Amino acid sequence: MARMMSGAAMVVQALKDQGVEVVFGYPGGAVLPIYDEIFQQNEIIHVLVRHEQGAVHAAEGYARSTGKPGVVIVTSGPGATNAVTGLTDALLDSIPLVVLSGQVPTFMIGTDGFQEADTVGITRPCTKHNWLVKDTDKLAETIHRGFHVATSGRPGPVLIDIPKDVQFATGSYTGPKTVRVESYQPKVKGDIAAITRLVEMIETAERPVFYTGGGVINSGPGASQLLRELVDATGFPITSTLMGLGAYPASGKNWLGMLGMHGLYEANLAMHGCDLMINLGARFDDRITGRIADFSPRSIKAHVDIDASSINKVIQVDLPILGDIGHVLEDLLNVWKSRGRKTNKPGLAKWWGQIEGWKAKKCLAYTNSTSVIKPQYALERLEALTKGRDRYVCTEVGQHQMWAAQFLGFEAPNRWMTSGGLGTMGYGLPASIGVQMAHPQALVINVAGDASFLMNMQEMGTAVQFRLPVKQFILNNERLGMVRQWQQLLHGERYSQSWSEALPDFVKLAEAFGAKGIRCSDPAKLDAAIEEMLAYDGPVIFDCLVEKHENCFPMIPSGKAHNEMLMGDAATEGAIQAGGAVLV
Amino acid sequence: MAALNIKKGATSHSAYELRDPNAQLSESHTLAVLVDNEAGVLARVIGLFSGRGYNIDSLTVAEVDHTGHRSRITVVTRGTPAVIEQIKAQLGRIVPVHEVHDLTVEGPSVERELALFKVAGAGEKRVEALRLADIFRANVVDSTLESFVFEITGTPAKIDAFADLMRPLGLADVARTGVAALSRGV
Ligand SMILES: Cc1ncc(C[n+]2csc(CCOP(=O)(O)OP(=O)(O)O)c2C)c(N)n1
Repeated sequence: MARMMSGAAMVVQALKDQGVEVVFGYPGGAVLPIYDEIFQQNEIIHVLVRHEQGAVHAAEGYARSTGKPGVVIVTSGPGATNAVTGLTDALLDSIPLVVLSGQVPTFMIGTDGFQEADTVGITRPCTKHNWLVKDTDKLAETIHRGFHVATSGRPGPVLIDIPKDVQFATGSYTGPKTVRVESYQPKVKGDIAAITRLVEMIETAERPVFYTGGGVINSGPGASQLLRELVDATGFPITSTLMGLGAYPASGKNWLGMLGMHGLYEANLAMHGCDLMINLGARFDDRITGRIADFSPRSIKAHVDIDASSINKVIQVDLPILGDIGHVLEDLLNVWKSRGRKTNKPGLAKWWGQIEGWKAKKCLAYTNSTSVIKPQYALERLEALTKGRDRYVCTEVGQHQMWAAQFLGFEAPNRWMTSGGLGTMGYGLPASIGVQMAHPQALVINVAGDASFLMNMQEMGTAVQFRLPVKQFILNNERLGMVRQWQQLLHGERYSQSWSEALPDFVKLAEAFGAKGIRCSDPAKLDAAIEEMLAYDGPVIFDCLVEKHENCFPMIPSGKAHNEMLMGDAATEGAIQAGGAVLV
Repeated sequence: MAALNIKKGATSHSAYELRDPNAQLSESHTLAVLVDNEAGVLARVIGLFSGRGYNIDSLTVAEVDHTGHRSRITVVTRGTPAVIEQIKAQLGRIVPVHEVHDLTVEGPSVERELALFKVAGAGEKRVEALRLADIFRANVVDSTLESFVFEITGTPAKIDAFADLMRPLGLADVARTGVAALSRGV
């Protein structure tokens, strides 16, 4: 029973049938028919952003904090090109998005029409898949396919480019149930023989470590639950990438903290010294491995991933298991329990002894001050004053991001939104808007740097318009802090273009947008100022003036191994040389 | 901030030395990729190779199933065994890709390429070109008083060999299709 309707009506109908409640977008000539349909309905809320990049990051925040796909509508040409950074960000962090872009009418494609861009060409390498729909009869089907591709297997962004004449024309609507993507059916169950081999390794390992990533979060809350059960039952230590924080609770007794370039000493040394590494949904990113040749040299490595191309891409592993983390963990637990829940207890006890020794180094220790707010202190206070609340944290990119990962504790998945793979400054503010849309009652904080904040600060307008009480917590060092740190460590203290001169007055900026501004520079007044921010029912820009030249430690310099970490107070003389400088 | 004692001046040594010094040698593989014949599918496959820095030595593509709209892309590529595995995995996750076969490792296969050679010359050279064409089972598909166009099929190596022989005899132009390949048996 085909229903006839216009392409534009189909877009809205398909979104409703997919259960979409919120879309983020920005109108323009090539999507006017769709906006006309949006106007004539009340089920889907449209959040008008101030820049299309903001729409995509907001949708990412929405998706990451709910597990549902984020939906974006942009116009042709500049609307679509403005979405490119967000698409790339979502691709690298495996965030499910469905982006609908307008296009010039089919008969004008190829004529360099007004606001024409080869959107599918431009976005082909930065989407999981994309489509140009030239026939209204295929539009609904394509949108449903888009949702399937975006959300299944390793999630990612898709884009559907819809010429304006296709939006106006009438065609028959296809519902979501009838659509199949023949060629794309990712495998979710892991090979049981391989899982059993992993259980055998778990039973005998002396120095095991779980190394978990964003894949656990993407697999859904069930996967995090199973992970907790497995970790607690085996008593194995666990570390996570930036993207995987919250899958295992920070308060859990086996938690080592984040690993990687700015990861914790104990986490990195456990990775270096382990005899069994169990990688669950992480991808051996270069921020994690450091120098490949010296990466965890004496371990057997198992890798569970839903994406075959992530396995053996960077690090050759001994035991690959292709499948969804949740499914594999379920089977793994069953097999391990049925074989008598064995672990190598004496080995583990020794291993934990060694780890406690590393923990005793207190790698996050810093020298506090009574005259100036240390960024680490600001985050410790933020953590203390917001702990236990229904809290979501976003970040921008830079030192503040790493400090947030180090000093804030995440007890549950989907509570931490950060741009990991692409490292996109300007991600956090719009992402916080998307999170707050999904969780209107929750406390949503964006830990920001002054420079990153300026990249998408126009979205304060969106926050105010939609009454989203997002808290922008800027660790203002008046520097491009992370760049400055690298210049100090790698480029002979030549601070080329890494200071922010002529910064706006963030308090006045907040007021100009109709939000609240708070400034604090005195450590003694910090708690009261944070409380004031938390108590305010509306968006806040908190200008936290911090120590300008603090460095983020520990740090594994590019091209170094895990056991060659720089610590806060360690001599860094000659620490970074040769090959390292050419790496990013 | 505590003064950090760091040597001035960054270095400009290459980071590529950080790669595995025992890296294996690269080998040639022929991949057959079955795809939905939809708009942009070839661009996706080629974009994967250029975007990730893989080699394409030869590429052929045509729709092989007109009812199911499936095309077969045959790619000859080079890389270390690890890179070849990665190429296959990357191809496998392109949404309209149905199957990826590595004909080089999946058992015996046949490879054929078709080429057209234009050879211009007169006298003794012209006679010699014809004689060699006969040995290579090349057909004459066009002839003028000053030139021939030969059509030849065979393995890329055979076609290379024919080209080497034709060069001194007045080789004027070559068109090659790239490799088509199938596994042997069923
Ligand atoms: C869009 C973009 N441009 C450039 C960079 C490179 N970059 C990484 S961190 C950084 C500085 C960030 O400064 P700020 O936001 O103030 O944070 P801080 O490091 O001072 O905490 C820059 C420029 C980036 N990650 N993203």
